[in-house]
Amino acid sequence: MARQMTAAKPSPSAERPRQMNGAQTLVEALRREGVEVLFGHPGGASLPIYDALYDAQDIRHILVRHEQVAAHAAVGYARASGRVGVCTATSGPGATNLITGITDAMMDSAPIVAITGQVPRPVIGNDAFQEADVTGITMPITKYNTLVMRAMDIPKAVRMAFYLAKTGRPGPVLVDIPRDVSQELCEPDFDEDPVLPGYRPVVDGNPGQIAEAADALSAAERPIVYAGGGIISSGATPELTALVERTGIPVVLTLMGKGAMDETHPRCLGMFGMHGSAFANWAINRADVILAVGVRFDDRVTGRLKDFAPHARFIHIDIDPAEIGKNKPAHIPIVGDAKRVLAALVPLVRPPKIEAWWKQIEEWRERYPFRYRQRDGRISHQYVCDLLNRLTGGRAIVVTDVGQHQMWMAQWYKCREPRTFISSGGLGAMGFGFPAALGAKFACPDKQVIALVGDGGFQMTLQDLITAVEHGLSLPIFILNNGALGMVRQWQTFFYRGRFSSSILRNPNFAKIGEAYGARGIRVERPEEVESALRTALETEGVPCVVDIQCDPEENCLPMIPSGQSVAEMILDD
Amino acid sequence: MTDPQHAATISVLVQNAPGVLVRVAGLIRRRGVNIHSLSVGPTEDPSISRMTIVVDTAPERTEQFAKQLRKVVEVLRATSIDSTPAVDRELALIKVNVTPGTRLEIMEIANVFRASVVDLTDKTMTLEVTGRGEKVDAFVTLLAKYGIREMARTGQVTLVRGAQNT
Ligand SMILES: Cc1ncc(C[n+]2csc(CCOP(=O)(O)OP(=O)(O)O)c2C)c(N)n1
Ligand SMILES: [Mg+2]
Repeated sequence: MARQMTAAKPSPSAERPRQMNGAQTLVEALRREGVEVLFGHPGGASLPIYDALYDAQDIRHILVRHEQVAAHAAVGYARASGRVGVCTATSGPGATNLITGITDAMMDSAPIVAITGQVPRPVIGNDAFQEADVTGITMPITKYNTLVMRAMDIPKAVRMAFYLAKTGRPGPVLVDIPRDVSQELCEPDFDEDPVLPGYRPVVDGNPGQIAEAADALSAAERPIVYAGGGIISSGATPELTALVERTGIPVVLTLMGKGAMDETHPRCLGMFGMHGSAFANWAINRADVILAVGVRFDDRVTGRLKDFAPHARFIHIDIDPAEIGKNKPAHIPIVGDAKRVLAALVPLVRPPKIEAWWKQIEEWRERYPFRYRQRDGRISHQYVCDLLNRLTGGRAIVVTDVGQHQMWMAQWYKCREPRTFISSGGLGAMGFGFPAALGAKFACPDKQVIALVGDGGFQMTLQDLITAVEHGLSLPIFILNNGALGMVRQWQTFFYRGRFSSSILRNPNFAKIGEAYGARGIRVERPEEVESALRTALETEGVPCVVDIQCDPEENCLPMIPSGQSVAEMILDD
Repeated sequence: MTDPQHAATISVLVQNAPGVLVRVAGLIRRRGVNIHSLSVGPTEDPSISRMTIVVDTAPERTEQFAKQLRKVVEVLRATSIDSTPAVDRELALIKVNVTPGTRLEIMEIANVFRASVVDLTDKTMTLEVTGRGEKVDAFVTLLAKYGIREMARTGQVTLVRGAQNT
């Protein structure tokens, strides 16, 4: 670590009461944004910031063991609470370790602010020790980023960062602060408003378009709502529910949309897409009018675009104009905030005549529900997911990693409320689940938060078990251990003639790892042990509980619409 | 050379701030599209610059580009101008080989294109021409046989015709 060159003198308060250094200014600016928790890891370029944090009794810094965890935790925090998540890292390797988490936040529109240390101004651009062009690297993965070149500019940069992160379409913002800027004395003005003439998110939809949408829905014979994560960001669950109850129109959800509506509601058909239910996929593909809200027509949802809902007229509501018409042309585009647009739409829609449509849907729903069988003596992943749903009543905050277990949980866990299903959707980043659960638990300490991870993905970030232990978090971590990179193994089963190239895992004893970190560890090998182990873990207080569940290594996640294909090619059964 | 079938013009007003050019160019690069030309310069307001970008893309994709560009915080306005009547111009400096025998011939061609001679030596002549891209292309083609030593083109700048803003 480089030796400190210019020590920042403590401010001689008598004559210049408002002088502080850049780091103290940063901490005060964060305080004014209401930041209570930040996740991070220190280093040379961020030492001044850490020195200022040392005095901040009201801001908790959670020391993680890898910066990737800090970024994922910030996302978990943000998505569980709706508040802005904050993470921090030093220059160079610290900042580059944040990249995966920042990209995840970008893809899934999570409001986070990342604060990175940078090398001192005089050496920027000289390949200094631990220098990386972080604003350059993160340009395509942030909503906005900025390199702050004067301490007095920090308050404005922080205000702007939080404002941009949480308004419009939420997303990550990065603020890069050179070490000597953190040390520079200034007289900060915390009330200066950032000027953003080019940033004016449209929140109210065009009334003419809304009326047209209402007419289209009222006249529809086979309408459906395609609801996504934008509803959760916007807090539009009450308006969506009101629309559905007033009109009887069925709803299908994306992975990111889980929680947008109570999935036990009879009008809610749950998740569709690559691993969604057959009936939800059939329903949206037969629809004549589709109300798409807060969604981006991702390929995992639509499959081959030209065959997606070929008979439908699309009404597309989104706060981000660039999403409308990006993948699929919208017949009735509406730019605006989902909550406001739906609120305006609800009273205008006359309930359409859709008894026949519902009859058809119910028939499909009965014919192809999700189902699983327990092979002799083996534990079905789906049984565990189903049981977790029953034991928590769908009211816990579930945070998953990426792979088969993620899709099974998405199928079986019936969310009752928004912000209860957190998963890396757009990026599909293994290693996300446990750290994001950590962040969610810090955001919602009084709620049951559970992590559901695979044996592969957990090993990407499990070092932070110690962080959960250190803070006494009541956090059960369920590992659906199939001794494989299960989703990879599944694709190899279907599309590569069972040639399991590098997808079979030799695993450590996860329960013992948990114990070594000071957590509780449970290993489950037989189906009859599952329920009591889940109960024990859910009831464990004050310490994380690692539950290693040895699952059926041959179970495949179905239904499945193979990548780039359509509902007609859906694989229903093994 | 621009293939007019697949060239689209986007005019972008941006706040004059560090990194904006990279952000704008990066957004286009990320979509796997080639930037045919890009010109940047100040506007009537010194805090605002105008970028005129010609991209090699099908016209139906340009509106999507403009929408993506509007998401850049420093972008004040981004317009796809293909369907709007507009004037566009480009300036080129072309340094050609001359001999006593070709000098007059080249000047005649320059006259037809209203190009002016901005530098002359016994071996070279530098010509300045402005016009639409096709006109500059045609001029360049005619000069090619004398031997073009160097050329610099500004890339296209565009304004919408009439009272409407670009
Ligand atoms: C960081 C990262 N690397 C690779 C992948 C590709 N990938 C997707 S799912 C998967 C397997 C995950 O295995 P595991 O965590 O055991 O979960 P399972 O599928 O077995 O439930 C892999 C390798 C990914 N999504 N993320
Ligand atoms: Mg696995």
